[in-house]
Parts: sequence; structure tokens; C-alpha cells
Amino acid sequence: MISPEKEEFVVITLNGTEVEVPNGINAVEAAALHGKEVPHYCYHPKLSIAGNCRMCLVEMGTPMRDRATGEPILEDNGGPKIGWVPKPVIGCATNVSPGMHIRTESDLVNECREGIMEFLLVNHPLDCPICDQAGECRLQEFATDYGRGYSRYIERKNVKPKRTRLGPRVTLDDERCILCSRCIRFSQEVAKDDVLGFVDRGSFSTLTCFPGKELANNYSLNTVDICPVGALTSTDFRFKMRVWFLKESKSICSESSSGCNTLVSSREGVIQRITPRRNDLVNDTWMTDSGRELYKSVQSEDRIRRPSADGSDLPLEDAISRAFETLKEKKLGLVANCRSTLEEQFLTQRLAELTDAKVFIRGHFGEDDGILLSADRTPNLRGALVAGLTNQYPAEHLNELNQSISDGEIDALLVIGEDLLESGITQENLDKISLVFMGTTQNSSSSSANVVLPGLSVFEKSGSFINRSFLLQCFDQAIPGPAGLLSECKILSKLVNLFSNETKVLSELHDVWQAMSSMEDSVLSGIEFSEIKKGAVQLDGSKWKHLSFVEKEALHHKPMDLITA
Amino acid sequence: MNASTPKERRIILKHADDPKYSNQIGCYLREGGYESLKKAFSMKPDEVGEEVLKSGVRGRGGAGFPAGMKWKFLDRKSGKPIYLICNADESEPGTFKDRQIMYKDPHQLIEGMMIAAFAIGAKQAFIYIRAEFHEGARILDRAIIEAKKAGFCGDQILGTDYSCNLVVHRGAGAYICGEETGLIESLEGKRPNPRIKPPYFPAVLGLYQCPTIVNNVETLCNVRHIIEMGGEEFSKIGKPNNTGTRIWCVSGQVMNPGYYEFECGSLTLGQMIFDVCGGLQPGRSLKAVIPGGSSAKVLRADERFTGSLKDGTEFDWGLEDIPLDFDGPMSAGSMSGSGGIIVMDDTVDIVEAMANVNAFYAHESCGQCTPCREGSLWMRKISQRMCSGGAREEDADLLLSVAKQIEGRTICAFGEAAAWPTQSFVTKFKDDFIRKATDSQKDRDPKSLQLI
Ligand SMILES: Cc1cc2nc3c(=O)[nH]c(=O)nc-3n(C[C@H](O)[C@H](O)[C@H](O)COP(=O)(O)O)c2cc1C
Ligand code: SF4
Ligand code: SF4
Ligand code: SF4
Ligand code: FES
Repeated sequence: MISPEKEEFVVITLNGTEVEVPNGINAVEAAALHGKEVPHYCYHPKLSIAGNCRMCLVEMGTPMRDRATGEPILEDNGGPKIGWVPKPVIGCATNVSPGMHIRTESDLVNECREGIMEFLLVNHPLDCPICDQAGECRLQEFATDYGRGYSRYIERKNVKPKRTRLGPRVTLDDERCILCSRCIRFSQEVAKDDVLGFVDRGSFSTLTCFPGKELANNYSLNTVDICPVGALTSTDFRFKMRVWFLKESKSICSESSSGCNTLVSSREGVIQRITPRRNDLVNDTWMTDSGRELYKSVQSEDRIRRPSADGSDLPLEDAISRAFETLKEKKLGLVANCRSTLEEQFLTQRLAELTDAKVFIRGHFGEDDGILLSADRTPNLRGALVAGLTNQYPAEHLNELNQSISDGEIDALLVIGEDLLESGITQENLDKISLVFMGTTQNSSSSSANVVLPGLSVFEKSGSFINRSFLLQCFDQAIPGPAGLLSECKILSKLVNLFSNETKVLSELHDVWQAMSSMEDSVLSGIEFSEIKKGAVQLDGSKWKHLSFVEKEALHHKPMDLITA
Repeated sequence: MNASTPKERRIILKHADDPKYSNQIGCYLREGGYESLKKAFSMKPDEVGEEVLKSGVRGRGGAGFPAGMKWKFLDRKSGKPIYLICNADESEPGTFKDRQIMYKDPHQLIEGMMIAAFAIGAKQAFIYIRAEFHEGARILDRAIIEAKKAGFCGDQILGTDYSCNLVVHRGAGAYICGEETGLIESLEGKRPNPRIKPPYFPAVLGLYQCPTIVNNVETLCNVRHIIEMGGEEFSKIGKPNNTGTRIWCVSGQVMNPGYYEFECGSLTLGQMIFDVCGGLQPGRSLKAVIPGGSSAKVLRADERFTGSLKDGTEFDWGLEDIPLDFDGPMSAGSMSGSGGIIVMDDTVDIVEAMANVNAFYAHESCGQCTPCREGSLWMRKISQRMCSGGAREEDADLLLSVAKQIEGRTICAFGEAAAWPTQSFVTKFKDDFIRKATDSQKDRDPKSLQLI
């Protein structure tokens, strides 16, 4: 992928064919744009260039110029004479310039790759069958492409520490490490937690933590992702599952408003791990360690798995009817949620309009780490603004709701997800009202609710969120939800029908989208469902710029007052 | 010594062995010290640079790059501070010249450095001295204090408004600290991992990413003499393209090993070994010579070197005919490198000699880049096995192949430094390697299993 600011294109000659590439990108990226893979280990598009693995060696030449006159020197056939650099150069540190010639396919280049592969393997354990990286190992992959197939090495292999604990979540096997320094550069440059380094020299160089330090920051698992081999592994995931059994689904992290793009890997309906998915506008190739743990809530003890009314289980359809009965013809309040998807929020707002319900919504906040964990710990606060659920910045409590109940303005509540006691509602007030709760996990609201409608986790449904930079991004369902349950969208849609006597159920996401994009005067007007499926859509958030959003300046995020200033 | 033996011409080491000369500033001043500095300060910095360019003086640290040209590459437009670094890490096996200069005549180096600093506009200069030179660092520290007191260094040099601070920085104790970008990393307080070039050419992005000039001790001392006699005059010493004198460090099996300073090209390798150094021990014959420090390719005593020089003249030399300057050993397929001449007679086991060199490079590789890191250790393991009764006939070719996979594919020139010895030893002494194998296999039952 190319970063958007490099738009100027130049013509280079790649393996004898003229091609256009963005000016200044390196030879590895340039070749990739035209379908030629230049194998590499140490180069990572989001880290500084180290140039140490030497796997990306290519041949490079530039048009020759006369020293004295500066005029191009021409071949007999009139074409420019190319001065080939006598030695191979590393593609990762060679930036293209007009007229440059690059060979990624030649005897010399192949010979270089074979040489590097042989060197990388001489002291390598070569026990892929018992290595956790097998199946997603660059060393294994390039060994099949450029390996000799037999060994010329009869000496003893180096011995290095195995199974070292680098920190609470990362385990290191130094014998597998190819010393590419990606993990070190990541710690310095992205996590800003300089704890890793090499000790000893030459082939005895060994990756380790500095004395008294450990790799414990909230981004430590990214080192596992970028480690091209099985040296760094996730203590949680290692040896749990062979990666080729995993099904990958595109998701969005719901930990905070940064909206990291993720891949959720599951097998037979059980999530095994979450890893970051590259998005150069949002999270590059990173995500937090804490965000990777969220899947564990799917199987948690306090998960609500069955619909119930007044303490006894019943089928979902019946529970929805009971909810309608409980709420209708009441002075209704509606507690919406910044963690709901945009589609759910839209339907919540529709329900509020139909029932003349008063809408309450709260925020959840924490420390902003200036990288990818933002101060707004909900994924979709901006969705609530866009859906029209509120035009104020949500506070961290529902005191206003408490007051309304005390004043007798409200005697029935539909609560989506929030814990009322924890949000400032008194037990006394809680006992006063009729309550319908819809959510995934038990809390004080669910335990005092008349009707409980189970919800689905983000992994069990599809939808979209609007992140801190007003980027609208959608995510896919990764695993099926518990048997017999419906998504919140469907439940809300059924409630809307019950209250409006309409029969058209907005059951599918694209139906909801059709309704949303046909709204007038909305930042969503005209946005097609198919469009958001293709990638992030930038929304115009200027309408809300007077609100004091809590997020700080961070990776790919500038607060709005900084943008306009 | 016979009558035709060329005489040493000592410019840099003029006072090195003078019992009446000490390394204190008084001695240096008495012998005309710091007069060149005064002369330089009466010129414009550019003019000083011009003199150095005219002198044709080439770097004495190993690569032989013209110093004046290097200074011209300095990025002066960036507006960033400019640094001068003296490379005093002297760690190439077989080399011991910089040490003599610093221990015996430190003010010569300080004067040369201050002239160089003035010419390139550096406000801060460093002497990066090999860690093991404890005494050298002490001597230099004291000399700098003397020079500062006398106004030759530090604030407002010679009463002008030009100031340049000079500090001694003790090295980190590794050979790779001598590679200029490794040195810069080390000076910045990091592991001396050499930098990739491009983009990190010191003259543009050197110390703290600022333009930096790195020169060897001997090179910087020459600057003082260039200014004293003028670039034009200096260029008449030695031969065209090989100007000035060179200090040769002769070690190994000669009667009188030591350091010798000669005008470039004024004697041959044969004269150096047999006349200047008193020849070999009685009854021995010459087997091989490494002409420029351990990384230079070895030369075999009975080799013939033919080809044509830059000026077109044809040559047909035996080992003893190779002129001692920059171009001579280069024309013979090796290099004059750091001036370390290592002599080996017929008692030397050539495979063991190579194993020794390989052990050094395997130990000193910084470990950053794959070919050098893995290749150097592999070559060490092969050669050690060969010397321990485990040699195989195919080892010679394997060594060559490993070396070839290193050369030209690494971050720094250490890769070549590690590969060239193996390449030259194995190619030129193939018989010795094969014999090792047959000797090793002689006593083994042919039916026994391969030793792994
Ligand atoms: C592996 C390696 C080791 C080196 N060690 C030294 C050294 O110890 N001293 C030195 O002056 N130059 C050394 N050099 C050469 C320096 O990189 C650099 O070229 C030199 O200091 C420049 O000075 P000059 O131009 O005056 O020769 C070494 C180079 C390499 C590749
Ligand atoms: S790191 Fe890769 S090549 Fe090495 S053993 Fe594991 S899977 Fe195999
Ligand atoms: S642990 Fe992995 S990422 Fe880190 S240096 Fe080793 S191979 Fe590279
Ligand atoms: S060539 Fe050797 S010494 Fe130089 S950077 Fe590479 S590993 Fe380090
Ligand atoms: S990718 Fe490692 S040197 Fe280029």
C-alpha cells in the first residue's frame, strides 16, 4: 500500500518492462505494485529501515550522465545508457527515481537469496513440525522458494536460550530469532518503550530485555505479529491451534474510539485470537494487547444466553412481545449506548421518535495513551451523535435520568447495555420503574429488569462504527451467536414494528442502510451500504466541532480544534 | 643492510625514537610545533582545504580515499553543526602505527586536527581511541590540556574568534568500532552497528545526523605537514597518486619486526622484508605475505603478478617486486590497507593461519547483517574443524562458496574483510587445504561413518 501523500508517479524499468510507480517509494514496494515479490525480513512498511537481513538484494542501475556536461549518455540505439551498480543493493533502502532500472529476477538476485536463506538456516533449529509459527513463517515460506533442499552445514549449531519470558504476554525462543530487529524498532518507534536489545556479537547475538526491564507495554503483542519467525510468540495463543485451521473475519476493535481494524480468527465457532489488520488511515498494522483480549467476554460466566421475563426463560419472540407490553403506554425513557453499532443506534432513535421516549446516553472514559487506546472507551460515541440520539457530549453518568425518575417523568425504561446502578441511578428509583434490558452481560440493570433480551457481542454480528476521526467503518460477523438469539438490530426492528403497526421488518443491514442513507440532512445521506463494505468512509464531523471530545492527538488522529487551527 | 637499501624518510615519526624527545608540549614547540596551525589560521578555511586537496594525500585508515576530496563532499548547506572525528581505534590485526604517533607525539595529532577542524568549520572534534589504549587516552588528555592552555585548541584558538573543542572518547572495545559509521554509533552511546549507506554517509548524515568527517590518525597528522610545506610541495613526496610517506608495520617471521616510515613507492616489499627488516630467520624461506592488515588478501611467495598500471605501464612482478605504496599491492590484487605487513615463512601451517584470521572475524562481526554474521562463524567452524583432524576434501570449495556469499552483500566493508582472507588463502594454497584433508582421512577406516 502507498501512503496517500506520495502521489507523484515516475516511470522505472522493472525486469526490463517500463512501469509507473509513485516517486520515492522503495524497490520492494515498487515491485510489489507490479506483482513481483521481493522477499524480505527486516523491512516493515511502518518501521524505520534497518537493512540488516539482506534478503531483499536486487540489481539496480540509473541512467548515466556525462560528468562534465551533465548530459545523459546514450546507447548506440539511442536509449539511455544504464550504469548498473556493480554490487547488488538492498531493495528496502533503494528509493525509486525517474529512469531507474531494477532487476528482481536474475541469476545474481536468485543467488543472493539462496545465499541468505542458507545462512539464516545454518544455525536455525529447523523443527517446523513442533514450532508454533509454522504456517505463517516467512522463513519457512522463503525456504521453500530459495532453500537448497539439503544442508552443507555439518558443524554444531549455536545454542541459545529457549522459552524465555520477555513479559506477561510474550515468550521468546532465541534460537529461532533471525535478528531482524523489527521487535526492537517497534518498541522504540511505535510503543515508545525501549526495552529490547541484542547482547553479544556476531552469530552469538541474542535478543533480550534490558536488565530489570520487561516487555510489558500494552502493545507488546505487536512484536509477535511482526516477528517473521517463531521467535516471539503469544504466551496466550502459542501451541493452542495450528494457524491453517483458522477462519479469519474482518472486524473492528470495540475497545475505544480509535477503531483499530482487526482480524478475528476462529475455528468452529470459537475465537482463538485477534490480530491487527492493516489500515494506513487508522491503526497502521498495530493494535493494543488489551483489545486482543476482548473475545474472552464471549464465553464469560456472566454472559446472558437466554431471554427471560420476570425471572423465567421464554422464547425470544415471546420475550419481545412481553417487552412491548411492559413498555407501551408508559412514560417511556430510553437508555441508548455508545457501544451499539450505528445501525442499532439508528433504530433506537427511530423507536424513541415513535414512542416519544426521552433518550439518555452516557460515555465511558479512561486515560488516552496517545497511540491507539483513546480516552473515549466506546467504539461509537460519534455514531450516537450521527444517529441523532443526542446533540450533547455524553457525560460519564445518567444523573439526569435519575432526576427524571425521581420527578416522576419516567416510569418505564428500555436500557441497552448500561448498568444503571453504576451510572448513578439509585436503587430506590430502579425499583420504581418497569424495566426492559437488552444486552450481552449481566449487571444491575439486567437483574432488576422485568424483561431481559439477550444481545450479541460484536463478534457475533455485523455492523459499523464511527471512530474518533469520523471514519465510518464496518465489521463482519466472525462467529455465530448462541442458539436462538437475534441481533439487537432485529430485536429493535421488531419493537419498532410493534409500536408502529408497520409490518416491514428492517431485518437486514442493507435495509437499515437504505433507510439511513435516504434521510435528509444527515451526514449519512447518500452513502451506499456497498460503499462502506469497501473501506472506511470519511464523514464530515464539523457539525459537532463545538463539542469537547476527550481524545488527544494520537496515531493518525488530530483533535478537531487542531485540524481547524 | 646493503648499500642500495632505501633510507627511511620520517615525517610523521620524526621524533618517535628520539630519546631526548618527550610527548610534552615543550618538546613539540621546540621542534617547530604549532607553527603550521598559525600558518593555517592566516589562510581562509577553503584555502586550507585546497592545499590538502592539492597534496593528494590519501586516507591512511584502510580505504585510501583522498582526504581533500572527502572534505569536499561535506554537506555545508544543511546549517547543522559539523563534526570532526579522529579514528584512533586502530584494531586491524598487524597494525600498530597510530599508537606510536599518539603515545610519542600527541601534539602532532592535535595540531593536525585543529587545522582540519578549521578547514571544515567544525566546532567540536573527537578522538575516538581504542579502548585498550589506556595510556594513550591519558597522554592525549594531558596534551589537550596543555594545548588548550597555550591557546592552540578549545576557545578562541590563537586569539581568533574561532573555537573548537576537542575531547578524547574511549572506544567500546570492538574491532567494528573502527568502521566509521559503527564508530559514530558508538560515539553516540549505542552498539556500534554500522549504518546503511545510502543514506547515512558521514559527510551528510554522520554524528547525531550532522555532517561529519572521519579521518585516521596518520591522515590527520599529515595535514599538519601539508600546511607546513604547502600542498604542491607535499605532493612531490612519493609518487603521483601515492603522495607522502607511509608508516608500515611489519610483523611475523622477520628478524626485525617494527614500524618503518618510507616515502610511498620508494621501496619494494622484498626490500622491506629482506633489507629493512633483516630477512627471515636462518634456513627459512618465505611462504606468504599479507600486505595491508589481516583483511587484505594474502600474497604467495612464488606468485607472479602481471597487468598494467593506471598510467598504462605494463608490470610483471614477483612478490618481492611489489612497490610499497597504495597502488602497488592493489595492482597485485590485494591492498595496502592499514599498512600492516604480516610475513609468514615456510614453518607456517597455512590452514591454521587462515583459521586464526577467521576466528578473529567471527568474533568481531557485529552480527547485524546475515551474510557476515553467519558466514564468518561458519568459516571459523570449518577452518577449526580442518585444523582438528576433521578436514574433508570438499571443505576448500565450501569455504570459497561461503566467502562468495558474503562478499559484496553486507552493510559494511567488514564483509569483504572477512571474506577476502578466506578467498585468497584457499585459492592460492589449495594444495595445503587438500593435503590437510588427505592427512586427516589417512588413518581412518574408509568404512567408518562420516564424522558429524
Ligand atoms: C571493519 C573495519 C574496521 C576499520 N577499522 C579502522 C581503524 O581501526 N582505524 C581506522 O583509522 N580506520 C578503520 N577503518 C576505516 C574507516 O572506516 C574509515 O574509512 C577511516 O577511518 C577513514 O579515515 P581515512 O580516510 O583517513 O583513512 C575500518 C573500516 C572497516 C570496514
Ligand atoms: S521459525 Fe519458521 S522456519 Fe523456524 S522452525 Fe519455526 S516455522 Fe520452521
Ligand atoms: S525476535 Fe523476531 S522480530 Fe525480534 S529480532 Fe528476532 S526475528 Fe526479528
Ligand atoms: S558486515 Fe558484519 S560487521 Fe558490518 S554490519 Fe554486517 S554484520 Fe556488522
Ligand atoms: S528487507 Fe532486510 S535488508 Fe532489505
